[in-house]
Amino acid sequence: MRKAFYIPLGLFVILVIILSIGLTRDPRTIPSPLINKPAPEFTLPLLYRQAETFSPQQMRGKVWLLNVFASWCSGCRAEHHFLMQMARIPGVNLYGLNYKDVPLDGKKWLEQFGNPYKSVAKDINGRVGIDWGVYGVPETFVIDKQGIIRYKQIGPIDQKAINETLLPLIKKLQLQ
Amino acid sequence: MIPELGNIALILALCMAVIQSVLPITGTFTNNQALIRLARPAASLQLTFMVISFACLLYAFITHDFSVRYVAENSNTRLPFIYLVSGVWGAHEGSLLLWALVLSIWTMMVNLFSRGIPEDMVARVLAVMGLISIGFILFILLTSNPFARQFPVPIDGFDLNPLLQDPGLAIHPPMLYMGYVGFSVAFAFAIAAMLQGKLDAAWARWARPWTMASWIFLTLGIALGSWWAYYELGWGGWWFWDPVENASFMPWLVGTGLLHSLAVTDKRNTFKAWTVLLSVLAFSLSLLGTFLVRSGVLTSVHAFASDPARGVFILIFLVIVVGGSLSLFAWRASIFKNNVRFNLLSRETFMLLNAVLFVVMAGFILLGTLYPLLLDALNMGKVSVGPPYFNTIFIPLGIPIVLILGIGITARWKQDNGSRLIKALRMPMILSVVLGTVTAVVLVRGVFTAELASFKFIGAELALILAWWIVINSGKLITDRLKNRDNKMSGLQLIPRAVYGMTVAHIGVAVFVVGIILTSLFSIEKDVRLSNNSSVELAGYEFVFEGVRNVLGPNYQAAEGRVLVRKDDKDLVLLHPQKRYYPVKQNTMTEAAIDASLWRDLFVALGEPLGGSPDKSKLEPLDKSNTGAWSVRVYYKPFIRWIWLGALIMSIGGFISATDKRYRVRKLAKQLNMQDNEVATGA
Repeated sequence: MRKAFYIPLGLFVILVIILSIGLTRDPRTIPSPLINKPAPEFTLPLLYRQAETFSPQQMRGKVWLLNVFASWCSGCRAEHHFLMQMARIPGVNLYGLNYKDVPLDGKKWLEQFGNPYKSVAKDINGRVGIDWGVYGVPETFVIDKQGIIRYKQIGPIDQKAINETLLPLIKKLQLQ
Repeated sequence: MIPELGNIALILALCMAVIQSVLPITGTFTNNQALIRLARPAASLQLTFMVISFACLLYAFITHDFSVRYVAENSNTRLPFIYLVSGVWGAHEGSLLLWALVLSIWTMMVNLFSRGIPEDMVARVLAVMGLISIGFILFILLTSNPFARQFPVPIDGFDLNPLLQDPGLAIHPPMLYMGYVGFSVAFAFAIAAMLQGKLDAAWARWARPWTMASWIFLTLGIALGSWWAYYELGWGGWWFWDPVENASFMPWLVGTGLLHSLAVTDKRNTFKAWTVLLSVLAFSLSLLGTFLVRSGVLTSVHAFASDPARGVFILIFLVIVVGGSLSLFAWRASIFKNNVRFNLLSRETFMLLNAVLFVVMAGFILLGTLYPLLLDALNMGKVSVGPPYFNTIFIPLGIPIVLILGIGITARWKQDNGSRLIKALRMPMILSVVLGTVTAVVLVRGVFTAELASFKFIGAELALILAWWIVINSGKLITDRLKNRDNKMSGLQLIPRAVYGMTVAHIGVAVFVVGIILTSLFSIEKDVRLSNNSSVELAGYEFVFEGVRNVLGPNYQAAEGRVLVRKDDKDLVLLHPQKRYYPVKQNTMTEAAIDASLWRDLFVALGEPLGGSPDKSKLEPLDKSNTGAWSVRVYYKPFIRWIWLGALIMSIGGFISATDKRYRVRKLAKQLNMQDNEVATGA
């Protein structure tokens, strides 16, 4: 038996260790540079009341959530049920950003599945999405009373995210 | 009903794989002939059930059975027929089913073309392949079942990823899988030899054609993928060092090393442990590639939906297969005695050196691919490793490989004489430097009109010297064999096909080298804003933009540009680049228009509409007034066809070599003893 013949096995063991640690990570969670930074300003027309506009400026003094969604996004369909559930909780201010969507489709979507949002801003060409660093829909931002982004959820919200992350965070921020 | 049938067939295939692996292997240990003989019929039945299962999924696609979730997610009623077929392997579940089908096809091939090989050896090989099959079918059934139903049934499907709606990509995955999975045959032969504890020249001769065949498929598959990326992604690049590309390139590199190492084991009955190790590594890297693609640990343009359960399954499978075989190697490799001695200065040494270089290159690529994962695992941040890293390892390792190639085919087996070797290499060396410099001057001054005193000239000169070095040494190999023959024609016929195959494949390497380096050095690219009837000049060609019109495809809308290419005031060609919009998936795709020729490609891709249209961020599906200016990307790509042509020539060489009569197993059985004696006497 020669020791050299064990080298490939040894290297493979190291490889397996790296891969198993890698499995516990999500390569898509790139930390957002916007965390703890002021939310980018914008003014967009609303989806329903065309004459009115929405801007983060109006939300000063409140803890609120911005959920980026689109009718063409299957992940949004998956989280929609949980958004409806969250919207019923007192103290949760959920606003929607209808991202790169045809306005009529966005409306149809909300009529069909229910509208969890206090208002919906429409970002037809996705310009605001770019400012906010949206790269996968759905995404949800938590913004505090000072207008600072505190948290960003990439991908669909589920029960676990609501109970373990979003609700505790919202409660904590409201006490500040 | 049909999807359930597919599911049942898949379960039956799994049962057959269990019979094919467990019983014969028990038979070889207990010397029970009845059990050993079970391997062949079990392999045939496994293939039958796999074909039925695959046909059921295909049927579900063709009949638009959207109650099958996988069908609904990857096709719709407007999808052209050919993409309904290729849609079967267009995403995770189906491509795994294809993987398993291909594995059972290879198993059947071994079953059919192994009549001259001892039964217990065949039984071991089939058993090992059966074990791999068990792993993959279980993976499909437990984590990724393509036959899963969904209710309510959607009225229409979601559509196939538009990137994949292309004839080139329809056949790319099957080709690649034939290559990937084909290495399982060499792997199974290696494991069988370790289990048996006996490895001789005959073993190498059995394993060689299988390795060659899968190498050919892998070469073609990779070249096809690269070609597709070039015309479909619209960036004009042909290789991106993407993790998934690397996943196919690493087995290719090790497979190339294995081919050469197998040749030495076959001819000289040596390098045994090394050949076995390479057989194990080539297939292990194929499996690792599957892990990297399917588990979602790495992000890439090839990203499939990822699921942690899948990652865990493949990792466990990887540990069993690769860990098991490397342990077997550590335990058994020392029994392979290399009785035949060879001198340090011999063809063996040079072939070993090249095989090592191939493995080292694969190792560096593996390191680069996994480095982001490693840093993340150590909590040292997110990084990505890009082309600069890979290019810096590819070039310094590639040049010695080419130089050694020339020396290796000139050197003699067993032992050579230093002064003879130098003498034999002197002429090719002088000739290649002279021819390389002359062709470089002609090309650089005459065609590319660049300065001679430049880095680019030196690069081109180096590439051409290397290419001539290969061509001249390869040609000399043939002429040397004819030197002592009076009748040159019959002399040519006497040269074995394997030698011709090798020569052709090596010339393919020369063509490939020229293609890569000249394209990298002399490509010109311009991003310009073009309004109607304005033009841009590039490398002596004038590109006149004649506007954009809307066209309608079967499942997309497109803006199609008209670009007239002129040279020396003569119309050359009219190009129609498209920007396609697929409404179902809300995707925009760039279809570049390319005027291809052996010497240069002219490549035009539409960017974004500028001005005229209010929305610059994406093509508006409703906008009919594409009259404004567009950003247009034009490329001049000299010699880019040589890259794929080189790969094609390499695989043709492989094909010629694989059809050499020495591999015909039936004859082999009779000749075997005789030839083994020849090897022993050093003939």
